[in-house]
Amino acid sequence: MKKSLKFIYIGIVALFLYLPIIALVVLSFNESKSMAVFSGFSLKWYEEMFSNRMIMQAVINTFTIAITASITATIIGTLAAVGIDGMKSKQQNLVLGFNNIPLLNADIVTGIALLLTFLMFGISLNWGTVYLAHVTFCIPYVILSVRPRVNKSTNTLYEAALDLGASRTYAFVKVVLPELRPGILAGFLLAFTMSVDDFVITHFTRGAGINTISTLIYSQVKVGIRPSLFALSTIIFVMVLIILLLVNFLSKRGKEKVIY
Amino acid sequence: MKELIKLEHITKNFGNLRVLDDFSLTVHENEFITLLGPSGCGKTTILRILGGFETADEGKIFFEEKDITDLPANKRNLNTVFQKYALFPHMNVKANIAFGLKINGKSQKYIDDKVDYALNLVNLKGFENRSIDKLSGGQQQRIAMARAIVNEPKVLLLDEPLGALDLKLRQEMQYELIRLKKELGITFIYVTHDQEEALTMSDKVIVINDGYIQQMGTPEEIYNEPENAFVADFIGDSNIIGGTMIKDRLVKINGHEFPCIDEGFGNNKLVDVVIRPEDVIVRERGAGKINGTVLTRVFIGVHYEMLIKSEENEYEWLVQCYEKYDIGEKVSLDVIPSNIQIMNKPTSSDEEAIDLDI
Amino acid sequence: MTSKKALATPFMIWIVAGTIIPIGAIAYYGLTDRNDRFTLENVLAIGNSVHLQALWLSVLLALISTVICFLIAYPLAIIMKNSNFGKRGFMIFLFILPMWMNFLLRTMAWQVLLEKNGVINGMLEAIGLPGQEIINTLSAIVLGMVYDFLPFMILPIYNVISKIDDSIIEAAYDLGASTSEVITQIYLPLSVPGIVSGVNMVFIPSLTTFVISNMLGGGKINLIGNIIEQEFTVSSNWNLGSGLSLVMMLFIVVSMIFLERFDKTGEDSFI
Repeated sequence: MKKSLKFIYIGIVALFLYLPIIALVVLSFNESKSMAVFSGFSLKWYEEMFSNRMIMQAVINTFTIAITASITATIIGTLAAVGIDGMKSKQQNLVLGFNNIPLLNADIVTGIALLLTFLMFGISLNWGTVYLAHVTFCIPYVILSVRPRVNKSTNTLYEAALDLGASRTYAFVKVVLPELRPGILAGFLLAFTMSVDDFVITHFTRGAGINTISTLIYSQVKVGIRPSLFALSTIIFVMVLIILLLVNFLSKRGKEKVIY
Repeated sequence: MKELIKLEHITKNFGNLRVLDDFSLTVHENEFITLLGPSGCGKTTILRILGGFETADEGKIFFEEKDITDLPANKRNLNTVFQKYALFPHMNVKANIAFGLKINGKSQKYIDDKVDYALNLVNLKGFENRSIDKLSGGQQQRIAMARAIVNEPKVLLLDEPLGALDLKLRQEMQYELIRLKKELGITFIYVTHDQEEALTMSDKVIVINDGYIQQMGTPEEIYNEPENAFVADFIGDSNIIGGTMIKDRLVKINGHEFPCIDEGFGNNKLVDVVIRPEDVIVRERGAGKINGTVLTRVFIGVHYEMLIKSEENEYEWLVQCYEKYDIGEKVSLDVIPSNIQIMNKPTSSDEEAIDLDI
Repeated sequence: MTSKKALATPFMIWIVAGTIIPIGAIAYYGLTDRNDRFTLENVLAIGNSVHLQALWLSVLLALISTVICFLIAYPLAIIMKNSNFGKRGFMIFLFILPMWMNFLLRTMAWQVLLEKNGVINGMLEAIGLPGQEIINTLSAIVLGMVYDFLPFMILPIYNVISKIDDSIIEAAYDLGASTSEVITQIYLPLSVPGIVSGVNMVFIPSLTTFVISNMLGGGKINLIGNIIEQEFTVSSNWNLGSGLSLVMMLFIVVSMIFLERFDKTGEDSFI
């Protein structure tokens, strides 16, 4: 009795979370444009999506920005995580406090603040400003993921490598980096998803004509949603599902490797 | 003594694993009873079924002759002291001890008095306002005891409560527990894998393995007269040797005949013979029955512990004695009749000891 | 050690250029007029009845959404903790997966569901019930907020609750506590850090959103986020937009300090 109650509860919440997604998936295969009636199976919205240059450009923009911004953020953030470890604790707290600001602040404030800064320095809004903005809000996620891994043992390892005659660069690349790898990977993935998912900050910092998936949807919603966006949603959902399953699977295998 | 708890034909499976199989047990009032066995033997499961945290797949539990099989944990008149104490980390010492009393709607005055009394009992007077994470392991242990006993349960269930303490503290706490048990006059059901704890504190020890009771008895009975090789091996170190019962009161070990005090095994019957290491007498060559050579020798405090290899059949005897013999020295071994314990050969695999050195 | 510190240099530059200067820029624009003269007008403009109403509505809707998220997430976290291990991993995956889906797409999905000629009304009509007008109402906005931010409430609460030792819960039952007493006296006080981060992660984005109100409110319902956004994209009055942003930041800081006081342990993660 009690168990079935729990089951029903979980079912209702899951339904609430998945109903909209399922609706999009179903409608993406709908023959008609109707959002209420399923009139027959068709792939035409997928065709329309792939032949729509605006959508394709937005997809390309989304991923090029996400990849370049998260790689940049991962490099800066990883270096910073190690560097912060070498600071005095007072200095550390101050720096980490600033690091937390973009995390805790509302996206709209971060977006506006960056917009004003670009305009103040006469930088015109384009692809590059979006990239810089994305790096800014991605760095904190990388630091958050990498920092817990920078601890005494990496320090000792680094010093031991120097003691054994390694150069600083060699010691960092060959000894410290492998130790940090899981954190770096997690930070990169987190930064990447945050970048792909972002709308608000992109909205304020993008130049005219530059769209990501998010900003494209936002502008489309105003004029009326076409089912080709449902096709896009379905593809994104399936991709997210595959990537998450893969990451889960790989990280589980990775753990086993550590044990053996 | 009055019967307090009866477990009848309890069976419990975890998935495909049968942890308890037709397990029955009677606990009397004011007993200190210990469930002793290796990890995974089912002893903790019995305690959790008693406490109401697991339900038995089959069987019934009676408490003062009332069926409590389906009674939830919060309605049972017994309290548990958990392995890792399970103190509430967000409450101070006093709030922890007062928890059960508050739940039961006792008056503030009653609660204050009871907490005072309990803290006195566990020798932690004045600790009321300490926070839990400021206490040592031993102190947390005492608070966990106090928290359980203020509710005046008829039975206290203790799940390896000393397992996390260091050796010296553990020995101290053993005396504390015996004292507490005497002062409270209630039943203790104690679970441990530590045979020393079991022997020191209990009125009755129940040795469990693979979900079955292997032997039940006073600590002396369990130690001196193990009923099978598992018990003998689990309770202290033992020499367990194959032998032949020639007739009543005469057993043949290593080809030598030894008088003993056991009867009723039949004639020319194969048996297991248990001889405790401290009961093996080491003499100069020729003065005992079994000839052997000293293989190893370690001084372990009061006495020496040696392995002596029998020349007849290569069996390595574990021996404890006060005299020092050199490695390689040729000696003879002997045993007096009352120190020879005869057991039937195991009939099922359940009773078989893990590694018999025969 | 000094050379190690140097590794953080690019990051330090980025903090100055990407965090400190931009916040300074908001403060500068917010506290000056078009002619760069100091003024409090932009900040005080919050007293304007339209702005005040938008702010009040934002706070109200954010509070309602946060409470609903909490009421859904808390029992769920407890159920997840008490389910057996294999199932647990699957359930976490189940409830976190939608979070990885693009936020705009998720909001758009509700628009499609709630639309006058949308999925839900289609279903209702199919079984002979009258269609409902949910889209473009306050309820639709709250629904959108709850839907978009629910995983952010589930995750931190589950993280804290899953770490509560089972034996502590058993000890409470053992001492006679009923299920409701176990929840109020053990689970709730022990999960305060998770609740605080969950509330933070739902309340602040709800308070400051303009996307959800725009997409599900049909552009007719203005929250404070919408007002600020319009000042930048439509009216191009950056000074006023910045001034109102300063007020909003004040609300964020106040709500965080307020929540922080509940969380005595203080240093728990907000991710």
